[in-house]
Amino acid sequence: MGAKVNITDEKVDELYAVMEKYKQEPGPLMPTLHAAQRIFGCIPLPVQKIIANELDVSIARINGVVTFYGHFSVEPKGENIVSVCLGTACYVKGSQGILDAFSHDLKVEVGETSEDGLFTLEATRCIGACGLAPVFTVNDEVYANGSVQMVKKVIQTLKK
Amino acid sequence: MLDRMHILICGGTECKESNSLELRDKFNSEINKLALGDDVKTILTGCFGLCALGPHVVVYPGETLYSGVKVEDVPQIVEQHIKNGKPVERLLYKGEFNRNKFRNRSELTFFARQKRIALRNCGVIDPLNINEYIARQGYEALGKVLTKMTPEEVIDEMKKSGLRGRGGGGFPTGLKWEFARKSVSEQKFVICNADEGDPGAFMDRAVLEGDPHSVLEAMAICGYAIGADTGYIYIRAEYPVAVARLEEAIQQAKDLGVLGDNLFGSDFSFNIELRLGAGAFVCGEETALIASIEGERGMPRKKPPFPAVKGLFGKPTNVNNVETFANIPVIFLKGADWFKSIGTEKSSGTKVFALGGKIANTGLLEIPMGTTLREVIYEIGGGIPNKREFKAVQTGGPSGGCITKESLDTPIDFDNLIGLGSMMGSGGMIIMDEDNCMVDVARFYLEFTVDESCGKCTPCREGTKRMLDILNRICAGQGTLEDLDVLESLGNMIKDSSLCGLGQTAPNPVLSTLKHFRDEYLAHVVDKVCPAGVCSHLTNYVITDACIGCTKCARNCPVGAIEGTVKGKHTIDPSICVKCGACKTACPVNAISTDPEDWKVA
Repeated sequence: MGAKVNITDEKVDELYAVMEKYKQEPGPLMPTLHAAQRIFGCIPLPVQKIIANELDVSIARINGVVTFYGHFSVEPKGENIVSVCLGTACYVKGSQGILDAFSHDLKVEVGETSEDGLFTLEATRCIGACGLAPVFTVNDEVYANGSVQMVKKVIQTLKK
Repeated sequence: MLDRMHILICGGTECKESNSLELRDKFNSEINKLALGDDVKTILTGCFGLCALGPHVVVYPGETLYSGVKVEDVPQIVEQHIKNGKPVERLLYKGEFNRNKFRNRSELTFFARQKRIALRNCGVIDPLNINEYIARQGYEALGKVLTKMTPEEVIDEMKKSGLRGRGGGGFPTGLKWEFARKSVSEQKFVICNADEGDPGAFMDRAVLEGDPHSVLEAMAICGYAIGADTGYIYIRAEYPVAVARLEEAIQQAKDLGVLGDNLFGSDFSFNIELRLGAGAFVCGEETALIASIEGERGMPRKKPPFPAVKGLFGKPTNVNNVETFANIPVIFLKGADWFKSIGTEKSSGTKVFALGGKIANTGLLEIPMGTTLREVIYEIGGGIPNKREFKAVQTGGPSGGCITKESLDTPIDFDNLIGLGSMMGSGGMIIMDEDNCMVDVARFYLEFTVDESCGKCTPCREGTKRMLDILNRICAGQGTLEDLDVLESLGNMIKDSSLCGLGQTAPNPVLSTLKHFRDEYLAHVVDKVCPAGVCSHLTNYVITDACIGCTKCARNCPVGAIEGTVKGKHTIDPSICVKCGACKTACPVNAISTDPEDWKVA
C-alpha cells in the first residue's frame, strides 16, 4: 500500500492522444490498456473511467479485461520490483527457495508491496532465460544462476 | 567492398543478458583502434542455441567458436585472431573435447546432429538487416508463389509437405489453409500465434529475434493462399527484444516493397500489424487469442464454428504459430518432396526443442523428427551434469507428461509422444534427475494451470483447483491412499469435459506421474517421506559421516542452522533448518543426505 499513483494532466493528455490513434483501428482496447499501464504504471479506476468514456464501452467490461490479464495491475507497484522466475527450468533448479528467501527477508508476501513502498515481490512466468536458470530480475535486470545466498546481498545493495 | 572477416556475436535474449551488446561495442572500438574497420564487420545475430555458456562469438572464416567471452577478452581476440590470424586457445568453446583442438562450430556434436530449417538463419544473419535475409534466399519463396503459383497450388504443396502445426496440436497446416480458403468472405485474416506461454520453451522467441523476416514472408504466402490481405502477430509483452525486432523488420519489408500493396507486381497486397499479449497463458489457444485481439477477456470460444469459418472480428481466420511459419518459405524453395523426405512418415520435417533443467547443454536445438529422446538428451544435450541419475524428461509443458528412462529409445514425433502419455506441445523439454520430486513437479504444473485457467468452464476452473488441493495435502504429509484414486478419476473427468485444450490437457502432468512414479506418491502418502528431499514437510537434512569438516555448509546456510568445528563433523539443528538445500549444493563430498535411512542414524 506504500506506493501512490500519480495521475497528472500531462499523463491524461498522453493517454487521450494515444486513444485518438487507436480508436481508428479495430480492437482498440488492448493497445490502449498497454499504453495506460506504461503511462501510469498501473490502471486504477479513475483511468479505467477515462478509457470507458472515450472508447464508449462500459467500465465493467474494461475492469473485467484489466483484471483478467497478469500484465495489467490496478494498484501501483513498489520502487523496486523483484521478480523470481517460476518457469519449469528455474523451478526444478530451486527458484522456489529463492522466492521464499526474498519473501522472508523483505517481509512481504508474493504479489504484494512492502509497507515502505520500496519493494514489490513477484513470481513470474518463464522469461525464456532457461539456460541461465534459476534466474530472478530486479527492475528488469537479470540475475543469472541465482541462489539463496545471493538474496541477502541483492537486498543490501538495493536498500543503499 | 567485401569484408575479409566477420565477427558474429550472439544477440539472443540470454546472451544479451550476459552483456553481448557491450561486447559488440568493444569489438568495434578495438577494431577501429587497429584500423581494421574496412575489412572486418561485426554482426549481432539471433540465438546460437548453446545458451548456458554464453555469450558466444563466432569468427568467420574458419567458424571459430568462442564461449563465455568477457569484455576484457576482446582486445586479445582482435589483436591475436583478427589481426594476426591466430585463434585465442583459452577462450575456445571446449564443452565437448577437453583438448583444445576443436574450433569449428558445425563440427560440434551439438550442431552436427541438428538439422536447422526453422532456425536456418538464427545465429547466422543480422536479423535487423533485410538484405542479409534476402542474401539467404529470403522473399524468393514469396516471389515464386505470387508469380508462378495459384492459391490452390500453394495449398496443395503445403498439404503434400505434410507440415503439421508446431504450436502443440500437430494439425496439418495445408488442411487448415484449405478450410480458410474455402470460406467465402470479403475480408479474411492471417494470425501468427507468438504467445509462447509454455514455461521452459523459448523457440518462438529465438525465431522472432533471430530471423523475423522468415515469419513475415510466410504470413504473406499464407495470406495469398487463403485470400487475406491483413495479418496480425500476437506476441507476448514479456519478449521486448522480439517485439522491437519485429517492428523494425516490418518497417524494412514495407520500405522494400515486400510487404504492402501489389507485391511483386501482382494484384496481391498484404500488411502485418503487431498486437501485444498481456500475460495470459490461455491466449495461446487460438479462439482465446482472437478474443484478446478483439479487446475481450482472453477466453476460449466454442468450436465449431472454427476460426477458419468465423474468426477474428467474425471473419474467416487462419492461425499458425511462429515455428510453423518459419518452416514455410523453405518448403516453397526446396519443394514439398524434399521436406517430406525429412523426419518420419506421419511427422515430416524437424522440430525445435528448448532443452532445460538438469542437462549439460541447456539451449535450443532443431532435430529431424524421428530422432530418439536418448540421442537428444545424451548426445546433443551432453547428458546429466554432476554425476546425477536421470529420472524423467517432461515434454509438452503444463499440457504434457513425464517420460521415463524405459522409453528413451522412442523416436520423437507427434503420435509417439501422445502414445507415451505426453505430447509434443510447443517443444519445451525439461530434464529431471534424482533430486527432483515428481509429486512436487506435478503440483508445480497444476499450480500453473489453476493460475492460468480462464474460469469459463467448470471442469477446468473447479476441477484443477480440487486436484491442486489434494496435491498440496499430499506434499504436506496429509495425503491418504484414497486421494490417489480421486486424483485419477477427477483428472480423467476434467480431460473429457473441459472446453478448450488447456483444460483437456491440464491433468496430464498428474496422470502421467501417477502412472510412472506411483512409488513416489506412495512414499508421500503411506511412509510420509519425500524420497527426493524436496517436500519440506516430509524431509530432513542430516550430515553423514562422510563430512570432512570443511565448514562450507555452515557458511552457506542462510539461517545459521549448522554447527561444527573445522575438520570436525557438522550437525544441522532441525528446529532452525528451513530445508532450502543450500548446504547440499555447497557440500563438496555429498555428505548432506535427505535419505530417510540416514535420519535415524543422525
